[in-house]
Amino acid sequence: MASRTVAKDIITLRGSAAIVSEFFGYAANSILYNRGVYPEESFVKVKKYGLPMLLTQDEGVKSFLANLNAQLSEWLEAGKLQRVVLVIMSKATNEVLERWNFSIETDGEVVEKGASREKSDKEIMREIQAIMRQIASSITYLPCLDGSCVFDVLAYTDKDVAVPFTWIESDPKLIANPQMVKLHSFDTKIHKVDTLVSYKNDEWDEQ
Amino acid sequence: MDAGFKNSSSNMKIQSRSPLQEQFLQRRNSRENLDRFIPNRSAMDFDYAHYMLTEWRKGKENPAVAVSSPSREAYRKQLAETFNMNRTRILAFKNKPPTPVEPIPREFTNSLPHDKLAKQRRHIPQTSERTLDAPELIDDYYLNLLDWGSCNVLAIALANTVYLWDASDGSTSELVTVDEENGPVTSVSWAADGRHIAVGLNNSEVQLWDSASNRQLRTLKGGHRLRVGSLAWNNHILTTGGMDGRIINNDVRVRSHIVETYRGHEQEVCGLKWSASGQQLASGGNDNVLHIWDRAMASSNSPTQWLHRLEEHTSAVKALAWCPFQGNLLASGGGGSDRTIKFWNTHTGACLNSVDTGSQVCSLVWNKNERELLSSHGFTQNQLTLWKYPSMVKVAELTGHTSRVLYMAQSPDGCTVASAAADETLRFWNVFGVPEVSKPAPKAANPEPFTNLSRIR
Repeated sequence: MASRTVAKDIITLRGSAAIVSEFFGYAANSILYNRGVYPEESFVKVKKYGLPMLLTQDEGVKSFLANLNAQLSEWLEAGKLQRVVLVIMSKATNEVLERWNFSIETDGEVVEKGASREKSDKEIMREIQAIMRQIASSITYLPCLDGSCVFDVLAYTDKDVAVPFTWIESDPKLIANPQMVKLHSFDTKIHKVDTLVSYKNDEWDEQ
Repeated sequence: MDAGFKNSSSNMKIQSRSPLQEQFLQRRNSRENLDRFIPNRSAMDFDYAHYMLTEWRKGKENPAVAVSSPSREAYRKQLAETFNMNRTRILAFKNKPPTPVEPIPREFTNSLPHDKLAKQRRHIPQTSERTLDAPELIDDYYLNLLDWGSCNVLAIALANTVYLWDASDGSTSELVTVDEENGPVTSVSWAADGRHIAVGLNNSEVQLWDSASNRQLRTLKGGHRLRVGSLAWNNHILTTGGMDGRIINNDVRVRSHIVETYRGHEQEVCGLKWSASGQQLASGGNDNVLHIWDRAMASSNSPTQWLHRLEEHTSAVKALAWCPFQGNLLASGGGGSDRTIKFWNTHTGACLNSVDTGSQVCSLVWNKNERELLSSHGFTQNQLTLWKYPSMVKVAELTGHTSRVLYMAQSPDGCTVASAAADETLRFWNVFGVPEVSKPAPKAANPEPFTNLSRIR
C-alpha cells in the first residue's frame, strides 16, 4: 500500500490517490477473505479504519495486489481511472459469479490545475469504515460461492491511457441478468468512489 | 453498469427506441390500468425501466454530457462508438493472481463442484443390498403398505397381517393379523415417535397400536365409509384418506377423534403427506387432483376449503414427497397415463417443473443429504430412478424388481431406501450413500459465518 503523505485536512491529488488505492487494497483483501476465495488461515488481522481488517499473507496474492495498487495509484493521480472491478469466477467453469464494482469519479479541476481540497481524514475514514462493514456483512445476502473460486481485477481507464506492458485489454466479464446491491460511497473531494456488488441470481431464490 | 455492456445495449435501444417513445407517453395516461393488483405485462415498458435504472450511472460516468433524452443519449453513444471515441478501456493484469490451493475453506460453501466430486466418489450400488420375501403383498396402486419408523423398524402389511422388521438386528415380528372380514390391511403409518403405528383397514376403520407393548390402543371408526388407503401423522393428528374421497383429521388423544374433514376429492385418496412444518397437507386422489390444504384454514364446523387445487396430472396422484431442504417444495408423481413428476411451490400453487418419466410413478423419496429425488416405477422397467434436483438429470437407474415398485420407505438415517413391489419382494437399496463424515467436521471447526463477522469487527 502506498504510504500516506497527506497531513491534516488538506487533501492533494496525490494524497487522495493514495487513500483510494489503499482503500482498494483493503477492500480486495476483505472481499477475498469474506467470500472465502482464499483459505482463512492465509490472512492475518491488522487494525485499519478503526476496524480489524484482514490481510493476506499469501506471497502470490500479496504481490499481485501490490503491483495492482502501484498501477492504480498512478492512474488515479493522472485522473484516468474510471472504475476498478474485482471479479470472482468459478475456478472450474470460469463463470463470473460476482463483480465488485468500484466506480471512481475524479474532480477534473484538481487534476488539471493541481488544486487541493479540504476534508478531514476522520470523515473519510468514517465513510470507508461504513463500506468495509458492508463488505463484511455482504456474506449474509450474497449467494454461496460453490466450489473453489478465482478472482481477477479489471481496471476501466480512459481510452488515451497507454497500456502498460504487464497489462492486457480484457472483456468486461459481465454477469447476465445480475442482482445488484449498492453499498455506501466515499468521497475525498477529489475522488468519489461508489461501491456496488453485482452477483449471479441464485436459482433457489426464484422459487 | 459497464461501459461495454451499456454500449451494446444502447445500440439495441436505438433500433427499438422510436416506437417506445410513444408508448411511454401513452402509459402515463394510465390507459391500461386494468387491475390494481395484478400488473399487466403489456402495460410495462421494460426497456424504459431498464433505462431509468441505469441512467444515473451513465450520467455520472460522463458528467460533461448533459443527458436530456434517452434517444439523444443513445444516439451520442452510437456516434461515439462509430468514431471510436469510446472513452473506456478495460484492462487486466497479464499475470493472474494465484489460484487458491486446495483444500479451500468450505465454511461458506455448500459447494456444488464438491458435491459433484462427492458424487463421483459415491458409488451407487446397482443391485439391492438385501432382498426379503413379501408374500401376499397386495398389488394395489392405491394402498400404502410400507413405512419405516424413526426407531428403525420397518412395517409392512401383507394381506391381513402387519409385520415389523427391525432393521438394526434383522428380526421379524408380527404386529397384528386382522380378521378376514375386516381385512386386508390397506395402509400403515408410523407416528413420529417410532413407537405408535396406525393401521388402516379395508372395512374403513383405523387401528392404533403401540409397537413396544404390542398392544392395540384404540380403533378410529365412523369417519370413513370405505377403505382407508392413506395415512399421515402430524403430531397428535392422524390424517386418514379414504376410498370415499374424504380426508379426516383425527385427534388421537380425544374421544370424539374427528376434528376436521377435508372434502375435495371425488375419488379414492391414495397419496397423503404433511409438510415438515406441519402447516400444509398434500393429498392426491384417483380423480387426478392434487390438493394442498392449509392447517391454519382448517375448522371443525365446516368442510375446509383447499388452499390449492392442482389439476395438471392426468392420472391418479399417489406419489407425494415434500422437499427436506425447501419447505414449500412438493414433488408429485402421476399414474400410468400421466407418468410425470411435477414440482410445486405450495405457497403459490405454481408448477415449477414437470418431467416425463416414461412410466407410472408409484412413489417418490427425497435424499436428505443431497439434492436428489428417487422415484419408483412400474411397467416397463420396474425400476427406481435417482434424479438430480433441480436439473432432473438421471443419476442412476436401479433395476431388480420384476413387477411395479409400489411402495418405498426411507430409513431414519436417510441412507437406505426399502422398496416393496408387486413381485412380492422387499428390497433395500443403499442409494443415498453414507452422509459425508468429512463434511460436518470442518463446519464444526469453523462455526462460520457469524463468528467470522464478530472477529472482523
